[in-house]
Amino acid sequence: MTPTKTATKVAPPVPAHDKSIDGPAGKRPKMCAQDVNVFYGDKQALKNVSIDIHDDRVTAFIGPSGCGKSTFLRCLNRMNDTIANARVEGHIELDGEDIHASAMDVVQLRARVGMVFQKPNPFPKSVYENVAYGPRIHGLASSRAELDQVVEKSLKRAGLWDEVKDRLQDSGTALSGGQQQRLCIARAIAVDPEVILMDEPASALDPIATAKIEELIHELRGRYAIVIVTHNMQQAARVSQRTAFFHLGELVEYGKTSEIFTNPREPRTQDYITGRYG
Amino acid sequence: MNARVKKRYAAERRFRVLGLIAVAVSALFLAFLLVTMAWKGLGGFVRAEAAVTIDFPRSDLIIDPAALRGPQAREVVAAAGLDGILARAAVDNYGPQAEQLFSAAGARSLGRQLIADPALVERRATVWLPVASRVEGAAKGRGDAASEQLVAQIEAQGALRKRFNSDFLTQSDATDPTAVGVWGALKGSFLTIIVTMLLAFPIGVLSAVYLEEFAARNRWTDAIEVSINNLAAVPSIIFGLLGLAVFLNFMHLPRSAPLVGGLTLALMTMPVIVIAGRNAIKAVPPSIRDAALGVGASKMQVVFHHVLPLALPGILTGTIIGMARALGETAPLLMIGMRAFIASPPNGFTDPATALPVQIFLWSDEVDRGFVEKTSAAIIVLLIFMLLMNGLAIYLRNRFERRW
Repeated sequence: MTPTKTATKVAPPVPAHDKSIDGPAGKRPKMCAQDVNVFYGDKQALKNVSIDIHDDRVTAFIGPSGCGKSTFLRCLNRMNDTIANARVEGHIELDGEDIHASAMDVVQLRARVGMVFQKPNPFPKSVYENVAYGPRIHGLASSRAELDQVVEKSLKRAGLWDEVKDRLQDSGTALSGGQQQRLCIARAIAVDPEVILMDEPASALDPIATAKIEELIHELRGRYAIVIVTHNMQQAARVSQRTAFFHLGELVEYGKTSEIFTNPREPRTQDYITGRYG
Repeated sequence: MNARVKKRYAAERRFRVLGLIAVAVSALFLAFLLVTMAWKGLGGFVRAEAAVTIDFPRSDLIIDPAALRGPQAREVVAAAGLDGILARAAVDNYGPQAEQLFSAAGARSLGRQLIADPALVERRATVWLPVASRVEGAAKGRGDAASEQLVAQIEAQGALRKRFNSDFLTQSDATDPTAVGVWGALKGSFLTIIVTMLLAFPIGVLSAVYLEEFAARNRWTDAIEVSINNLAAVPSIIFGLLGLAVFLNFMHLPRSAPLVGGLTLALMTMPVIVIAGRNAIKAVPPSIRDAALGVGASKMQVVFHHVLPLALPGILTGTIIGMARALGETAPLLMIGMRAFIASPPNGFTDPATALPVQIFLWSDEVDRGFVEKTSAAIIVLLIFMLLMNGLAIYLRNRFERRW
C-alpha cells in the first residue's frame, strides 16, 4: 500500500440502510451531545455544540487549529475532567445514559469510550503488557491463557500481530512510530470499547504509517463507532462517512462526508475545504 | 569582521581556561582533604603491641579454667584484677620503668585472649598486648623522652610490633585512645538512619504524590509548597531544638536514643524527599497519564501502576542524598543528647547511643593526643560509609532509569 494509492481512494460507500444523516429510523444514535459548552477558565472553547454520533460509521471532526475539535472529542469520554480549570456544560449521552450523571462511573465510561492520542504513547513496558493492561485492571480475563487470547485478538485487529508476535516481551517504546500508534489502538481495543476516539492519530506519522492507520480504521468500522479528529481534509474524506466542521468553537456544519466536501451548505465550510484559511 | 571572529575565539579560550582552573582548584582541595585524612588517619587503624611473658601459675591470678569456659567468663575476667598482674609482669620483663607499659586496653585484650584459650592460665605464656597510649605515641614517633627510651629498649629485644587494629572497628568509645572503636557509633548511626528511612521515605513520597497528583491547586497547596521549600532550607540545629522540645520534653521519649535521633533527622529529611519526589513525578510525561486514563484506569491506578514506577529512580536518588545528609548530621543529634559517653554499642532503638559524626566531634575535643589519629580514622570510616551510600544511589538510578 503506497501513500499515492490511498490518496486517490475515496470513502467507501455508506451501507445501504443509511438513508439520512440522522441514521435509520428507529435507531438511536450511539452518542448524543446537546448544547455542549466548554470553558477553560474564563475563555469559552466550545459554543453550544450539538451532534449525534452513530454506530457503524466513522465521524471526522475537521477545522483549523484551536477550533475546539479536540476539546469536544475529549468531552466524549470526560478526559477534560483531568484539566484543572476546564468546565464542561451541556448534556452528553452514551446509549441514552447521561455520561455526567452520578450513576455513570467515569472509569467505566472510559473503558466503553476508548481513546487514541495524537502522539503515540505506549507505556514503557513490554508490547504484551501494553495491551494486557486494560483487560487486567477491568478484570476482563480470568486466566493467563484468556489474557493471551485477548492480547492476540487485539493485536490482530490492530494489524500488528504479524509484526510483533515474536517480540511480545520487547519494550513497546522500541517499536517504530507507526507500530507504536497501532499498539495504542490495540490497547484501546483490548478493553472492548463501544466507541473509539482518535485525536489526530496519524499526524505524527509518515505517509506509509498513515496509510496503514487509515486502512485499519476502515477495518474497525462496523465493530466500533469511531470518531476521528484530523487536520488533514483528504484524510477525513478518505476515512469518514460523516464530517463535522468546527470553527472558533462552533460546530459550523455536520453532514455526510460526500456532501460536505462536494456541496457544503455554509460558505465558511466552502472556504475552509478549498483552502482559503486554516 | 576578522577581528570579531578572533575576539570570539579568544573569549572562548578564556572561558575554557577559567573552567579548567575552577576544576583544578576543586580537585586540589579534594586531594588535600583525602591525603591529609589518609596521612593522619591510617595510623589510627594500626596499634603497637608488646610481647610480655607471664607465668600464670606463679602469679596472683586465681581463675578456674572451667569458669573461663562458662557463660560468666567475661565477669570472671573483669573481676580477676588483670591490670595489677600485667603491671607486675611488665616490670619483671622490662624493668621498673615499664610499669605503665600497659593500660586498661592491654588488660582487656589479655582477658579476651584468656577466654579464647583458657589453657593459658595453667602455664607460662608469652602474649602480645596493645601498649598504653603514651608508649604507643612514642612508637609512632611523637612521645616523651622516657617513653621513647622504653620503646627503644623493647624494640631492641624484638618484642614490639605493629598490627592492624581490628578493635577500632569492633569496639566502642573509651577514655583510653588505644582502646576506642567506632563500632558503637556506627551501630548508633545505622539504627538512627533506619528510623529516619522508615519514617521519612513513605511519608515524603506519599506527600509528594498527593501534592502533585491529587491536591487541588489553590491557596492552601501554594502555602504548603512554600512551607516545604522553606523547611528544606532551615538550619539543622533548629530541627534539633524542635526534636528536643517535641520528642523529649513533650513526649518524654528516652534521651540519647536512636529512636529520637531518627525522628529528628526524619523531620529534617522529609522536605528534601518531598521536593525530589515532586520533581521526579513532574518529569513523568503527561502522555503516560493520558494513556492510562484513556483505557479506564482510575487515578490511583494511574499513579501506582505508571507514574510512581517511572518516577522511582528520581525519588530514590533524592532520598539517598537526603539520607546521606542525615547520616553526616551532627548538630541536631547534640541537641537531643546523643553526645553522651556511650561505652557499649546500643542493642535497640531506645538504648543510649551516639552517632558517627557526633563521635568524631567528641574525639576532636579530647585532650589526649592519641585521639587525633582516631578522629581522622573515624572520618575515614564515615567517608567510606557515605561513599557506599552514594554508590548505591548511582547504582539504583542506573538500574531503574527508563528512557522514552
